[in-house]
Amino acid sequence: MNEAVLVPEVNESLPSIRSNEGMLAWVASVDHKQIGILYLLTALLFFLVGGLEALLIRIQLFFPNSAFLSPEMFNQIFTMHGTTMIFLVLMPMLFGLATYVVPLMIGARDMAFPRLNAFSFWIFCFGAFMLNFSFVSGGSIGNGAPDAGWFAYAPLTEVPFNIDPGMDYWALGILGLGVSTLTSSLNLIVTILKYRVPGMTMTRLPLFVWMVLITAFLAVFALPSLNASAILLLFDRKLHTMFFLPQLGGDPVLWQHYFWFFGHPEVYILILPAFGVISEVIPTFSRKPIYGYEFVAGSAVAIAFLAFGVWIHHMFTVGLGQGIYFVFAATSMLIAIPTGIKIFNWIATMWQGNIRFTTSMMFATAFIIEFTVGGLSGVAFATIPIDWQLTDSYFVVAHLHYVLFGGTVFALFAAIFYWFPKITGKKLNERLGKWQFWLTVIGFNLTFLIQHFLGIIGMPRRVYTYPDEPLWTPLNQVSSIGAFLLGIMVLMFLVNLIYSLKRGEIAGDNPWDGSSLEWATSSPPPPENFTKVPPIKSRRPLWDINHG
Amino acid sequence: MDKTKLSVVIFILSESIFFIFLIAAYVFFHGRHLQGMDAHAFLDVPRTGFFTAILLASSVTMMVAMMFFRKEKFRLMSFFTFLTILLGAIFLYGQGSEWWGLIQQDVTISRNLFGATFFTLTGFHGFHVFVGLIMLTIIWGFTLKGNKCLPKENAVDSISLYWHFVDGVWIVVFTVIYLWK
Ligand code: HEM
Ligand SMILES: [Cu+2]
Repeated sequence: MNEAVLVPEVNESLPSIRSNEGMLAWVASVDHKQIGILYLLTALLFFLVGGLEALLIRIQLFFPNSAFLSPEMFNQIFTMHGTTMIFLVLMPMLFGLATYVVPLMIGARDMAFPRLNAFSFWIFCFGAFMLNFSFVSGGSIGNGAPDAGWFAYAPLTEVPFNIDPGMDYWALGILGLGVSTLTSSLNLIVTILKYRVPGMTMTRLPLFVWMVLITAFLAVFALPSLNASAILLLFDRKLHTMFFLPQLGGDPVLWQHYFWFFGHPEVYILILPAFGVISEVIPTFSRKPIYGYEFVAGSAVAIAFLAFGVWIHHMFTVGLGQGIYFVFAATSMLIAIPTGIKIFNWIATMWQGNIRFTTSMMFATAFIIEFTVGGLSGVAFATIPIDWQLTDSYFVVAHLHYVLFGGTVFALFAAIFYWFPKITGKKLNERLGKWQFWLTVIGFNLTFLIQHFLGIIGMPRRVYTYPDEPLWTPLNQVSSIGAFLLGIMVLMFLVNLIYSLKRGEIAGDNPWDGSSLEWATSSPPPPENFTKVPPIKSRRPLWDINHG
Repeated sequence: MDKTKLSVVIFILSESIFFIFLIAAYVFFHGRHLQGMDAHAFLDVPRTGFFTAILLASSVTMMVAMMFFRKEKFRLMSFFTFLTILLGAIFLYGQGSEWWGLIQQDVTISRNLFGATFFTLTGFHGFHVFVGLIMLTIIWGFTLKGNKCLPKENAVDSISLYWHFVDGVWIVVFTVIYLWK
């Protein structure tokens, strides 16, 4: 390690992590590691909230004709469950992880704009607070949370149909979250393009960083449409415009276009960083370089372009015309190709590898399987007649949970088990981790595999209860039991977090024999991240040093 | 490209998409020939054309200010920055008085789809002009204190880039709302 490259210097002095100043040091922090941790902790909190909401939904659906929740309450709960999980859990987890790990991986001292970084986090908190404050904001049944689903279709969201303040909070909250994602993406792009240590060329960039870069570009182009939608909805509700109000000449379909122009890229914003995690974890634990680096990065670029050309597959039942539908069915199927390529890359990386099945690796392996199931139901949906049959049924719920839970959440667990030692200096307990893994796999498939069948036999999504038709009750009960297993899993994970923080095995700088730069510094890293960065002569700088 | 300018370019890309969506809303409803979407029943095109010319002129003065900045002629830079601010402010006055006139005739944001799309689009554009004016005023304040306090070139350059962007958006808005029958 005699040759050393200095870290590109940040001109302004950065406030250091002063642990002796307690909470204030966190609130006032502009350090990317502290902000990253704040993101992760906030997301964990909302994961518990969103999980509780999911359990309420599953309790209500355990028996037919149940009156555990009122219909109004049920609408609020599933709306808040979806909005919370997507915007307050997956987004901040992924962006928080990126905020923590990306500067370390590229050998930088901090993000390009540390203050903007803090702004992104706090405006996120503001949006999250807005959304959840709605629960106590009054309204006709005593609590006025948003109740029009996570995609908030007009005109149900408009004042004539929805007089409670919930949708106002929804629009305001979404606006805050949208601004947060935008500024954070901008920061990440500039950091990745400008703050790489010398020698770290774009073709040597760790794949996680590549995926974050592409995700950030997706966000820069997709989020403005969400922001515009939220603003127009707010204007409709507060300034009495009529953009989405049909009785005054407006058009609800416009909302659908605007929302899904954001919405489909958004699902790739939620999965690309997960692809990045898998592309780090699998090579590390297979002790091999990733198979087909260029294909993983290149196919993600292809996905990013295609992601803007498929949004109408969410609108196959609107009646926009056969010609348009054929085009969008075709592009939707096309996007399965670059996605499939990656699956082969990961499998080929594992092939004949010297695999260590740590908890992180187990989650990564399971990710490949569960995500593929979700991809397949996606392709099924891209077939227009199948979509006509299954849209708005539990089949959609199954699809989206296979990609977002079986995909993103599995990858996030892989990421947390992988990077927790770097962040805290302690390893998570592997034994508890393996229990948690099996509980997740069993609970997840019990909950959601069943929902494919529920959808096929005709159960619509978002109904607060159902009649006692043959099969409906037992299938729903299996699904609810699975959800409770997942609940136990989450508790187990919490116990592991707390236990390992206190008593966990000391990790050391590089517990997994990782090959990217974050493992070159201490765990946890010092405020300045690196004093010296090892020379970068390949995609695996640390491997070069440790294995000749 | 340095980091400040790069971030402004990305920001501008993102803002362009935002404006495309607002413009698309206008085009969408205008194209359907809905009742009340006849802009020319309400708007004074030559008058706004005049203020458009003013805004475009402010882009030119901005360029001249940048030129003097690069040549380190800070007095002249100061003057042309001030001129840019003045022209921008005149444009905003034009827009404000136009809005006032429309509201007097009871053409408001909640009157019909023309009002909704028109006020939303021109309002967001005007807000961007306003933000640009604040940033220019800060630069101008620095120029008054002489060359010691001036921000770095990339910072001033970024603001001028933003200003040209705001002007560019107006050309599209003007064409779509005022010139398109
Ligand atoms: C393999 C490519 C994919 C295709 C062809 C595809 C296709 C579709 C289609 C056609 C729908 C609409 C179903 C309906 O409402 O009738 C849909 C819904 C959805 N997809 Fe996918 N999908 C794919 C991958 C993904 C991925 C990777 C994600 C996320 C990581 C995702 C997330 C979602 C979500 C969240 C919904 C539900 C939206 C809602 O609430 O209605 N999909 N997908
Ligand atoms: Cu989609």
